[in-house]
Amino acid sequence: MDEEPLIRWDWIGRNWPNIQSLLADHVVMAVLPVVFALLIALPLGLASVRWRWLYQPTVGVMNVVYSLPSLAVFIVLIPVTGLAERATVIVPLTFYALAVLIPAVVDGVASVPAHVRQSAVAMGFRPLRRLVSVELPIAVPVVLAGVRVATVSSISLVSVGALVGRGGLGYLFIDGWQRQFPTPIVVGIVLVVLLAVAADGLLVAAQRVLTPWSRARRAA
Amino acid sequence: MAVVAGAAALGARSARSHVITFDGVTKRYADGTVAVNDLHLEIPTGEITVLVGPSGCGKTTSLRMVNRMIDASEGKILLDGVDVQTIDPPTLRRGIGYVIQQAGLFPHRKIVDNVATVPYLLGWDKRKARTRAMELLERVGLDAGLAERYPFQLSGGQQQRVGVARALAADPPVLLMDEPFSAVDPVVRADLQDELIRLQNELNKTIVFVTHDIDEAVKLGDRVAVLRVGGTLAQVDDPETMLARPADDFVREFLGGDRGIRRLSFVPADLPLRGDLTVPIDAEVSEAAGAAASSAVSWLAVVDGEGRPRGWVSTEGLPPAGKVADLRLLPYGTFEVNGGSLRSALDAALLAPSGCAIAVDADGKVAGVATREELARATAKVAADGAAQPAPAEQAAQSEQAVPAEGAGRG
Amino acid sequence: MNWLIEFFTDPANWSGSSGIPVRLLEHLEFSAAALLLSVLIAVPLGLWVGHTGKGALFVVVSANAARALPTLGLLVLIVLLMGVGTTLPVLIPLVALAVPPILVNTYEGIRGVEHDLRDAAYGMGLRGGQVLLRVLVPVALPLILLGVRVAAIQVVATATVAAYVGLGGLGRYIIDGLATKDFPSTIGGAVLVALLALAVQLMFTLLGRMVVSPGVRPAVRERLKAG
Repeated sequence: MDEEPLIRWDWIGRNWPNIQSLLADHVVMAVLPVVFALLIALPLGLASVRWRWLYQPTVGVMNVVYSLPSLAVFIVLIPVTGLAERATVIVPLTFYALAVLIPAVVDGVASVPAHVRQSAVAMGFRPLRRLVSVELPIAVPVVLAGVRVATVSSISLVSVGALVGRGGLGYLFIDGWQRQFPTPIVVGIVLVVLLAVAADGLLVAAQRVLTPWSRARRAA
Repeated sequence: MAVVAGAAALGARSARSHVITFDGVTKRYADGTVAVNDLHLEIPTGEITVLVGPSGCGKTTSLRMVNRMIDASEGKILLDGVDVQTIDPPTLRRGIGYVIQQAGLFPHRKIVDNVATVPYLLGWDKRKARTRAMELLERVGLDAGLAERYPFQLSGGQQQRVGVARALAADPPVLLMDEPFSAVDPVVRADLQDELIRLQNELNKTIVFVTHDIDEAVKLGDRVAVLRVGGTLAQVDDPETMLARPADDFVREFLGGDRGIRRLSFVPADLPLRGDLTVPIDAEVSEAAGAAASSAVSWLAVVDGEGRPRGWVSTEGLPPAGKVADLRLLPYGTFEVNGGSLRSALDAALLAPSGCAIAVDADGKVAGVATREELARATAKVAADGAAQPAPAEQAAQSEQAVPAEGAGRG
Repeated sequence: MNWLIEFFTDPANWSGSSGIPVRLLEHLEFSAAALLLSVLIAVPLGLWVGHTGKGALFVVVSANAARALPTLGLLVLIVLLMGVGTTLPVLIPLVALAVPPILVNTYEGIRGVEHDLRDAAYGMGLRGGQVLLRVLVPVALPLILLGVRVAAIQVVATATVAAYVGLGGLGRYIIDGLATKDFPSTIGGAVLVALLALAVQLMFTLLGRMVVSPGVRPAVRERLKAG
């Protein structure tokens, strides 16, 4: 152990194809839950804005779901989705992302100033048109902030799936531990963090493109 | 002009004690902006001095330099002759009441504990501090039942009253008020202003009051200091003098278009009243016609059995018989005979087709009628007084005399 | 379902060093230690940064970066490098996990207090420390507690993973069960951890009721305003 360096660069070279496929698997398992969650959270969040009584129960359930340990949920799902299947990881991560995104959508729409909404009503926007062309664009920064949190957490959480046989880059942690060999572990950590940073950067860029007005305001 | 106004105030120094003195105070920020520029100002004890001006005139900065929320770059601020710069800020602030726009109540504390904040800081025992707080809540016109509530349960106007009570809790001789009433609606604002005038009549604090609203300044101020953008003093005077003789175009414009009329608020309605222009409501029409003929007028004020005004009747084209009560009564206005201002008398006259104002006593009983001619004579006299420009020193002396009259004008 | 009943009714699971009470206590022990350590680091730092405004950028950036750290990877790496002798190697990744939410919420909570409130507090003659402790902290308390709650739940959940590198706690049932294909044990362990997380959530809700002034408690404010 004492002679073992933290990183053996030659190992990386030899295992590069394998690392690449793990990385791809990781991306799929991390991104799909956020996409699914966003597709569910938008209608659910908007419904919660429209019918206020829906919000408390929805958030309550989501809070409970969020507090469930990921490993525990992976395991409980194994009999349903199977061991070492992508779905075992994707389903719970979708719920975690939902727990972040539903409040984000609700807060986002709530962040539309009352005077803006009222002037839209006064100018004769019908509810659907108002939602699409006024409220949702204004809600974008808050919703995207939620998407950023959900994406970064999702990328980091996928690796826990390695304990149930499907964890993308998380496999490198198990591999390194079982062989008492730090190189794969370090590579895994670095790649997960880089992936998270890259995804976050992409989302920030997306926000700049989608909401040029908020950039101007921030600069002021 | 700033220099002249400052000099005028300094000239009067021996006559009154000054609690707060701005002595050549300048506030310059790191980026070079000058918020307050060489301010010389004396804030007399026991009066309300209003700092007023457009945004960027340094009025709030000037106020906040008194309790060292901001420190002056140059010059001195003296509090009872002591340079505030030599006093440790928290100690200084505990001796000065401070009221801000949104009240700034502590949301996590009950109303009574909010009011008792400074007494607690000063180490009063809890019971004494709370008793004092309850006293003050009553004093600012709040129900004792609100004491155990939290700030978010109160309306904006109520919160602002709590803010005033909190500032008064440790009985500080000086009160700094930074646009305290500008966040509430006009009706509530007027209530709060009246309440402050009432409180001040009981407490006689030295109050520095900042506002951007010239009407508020004129209503509340014993003295008004107008500042202009860039932080220089344009004029300081009692409101009546300022309305009569604005120092320059900037002040004139800032005071607004109807300053001639507004000035009449400060002139007591000392009008000769006529007792022969009234008729009882149960009188015969013929009696009314006789009275009008003998006074050579075409209008009479109708008075009911309790002596209260009911309206005006025209004595032209009266029916041959019947009661006054059956005639068509026309609208009227009244002003108070003791303490009413010339402006209120003029307003009363404008409400009536007769062009005359009915004077009433404190009980609302008719004391007499002020005719058009008398009103015209009184306003002409005010106009003549305003036109005569006295020298600055005299001006300061006049401000002094004007204070009681102004107090009466408010009532 | 039968698996679960089997697991929870087996007397062997209720006594001895691998019994539920002992495992639960172990789990609570290092979760509590990690949380306490995190609170001791993150709360003072968050208060200081929020109150003085110094180092705000550092706080936000490092907290975001820390969120991306994979706990499992960090855990195996540290234990691999430091050995399993003490619980310290396990505490490091747990603390790294718990510090960001507490730090960010404390900082945001203090910074988010309305400017007028600070102004009024200073204007009445409170000193810097008094403003912080008597005004800013009570007002920011709901947000600070929320941060601690999120951290606590993550710590309890992640402490499960510690079993993978040989530590005790409820994770043992899961990891051992997976290794020996003993599904009743795995699922039973998962259910226990989930229950513990819910209990922690409940405990923080109750704690909030006890220490947060009704004047700043959002739920109360909503209800009273409506009423």
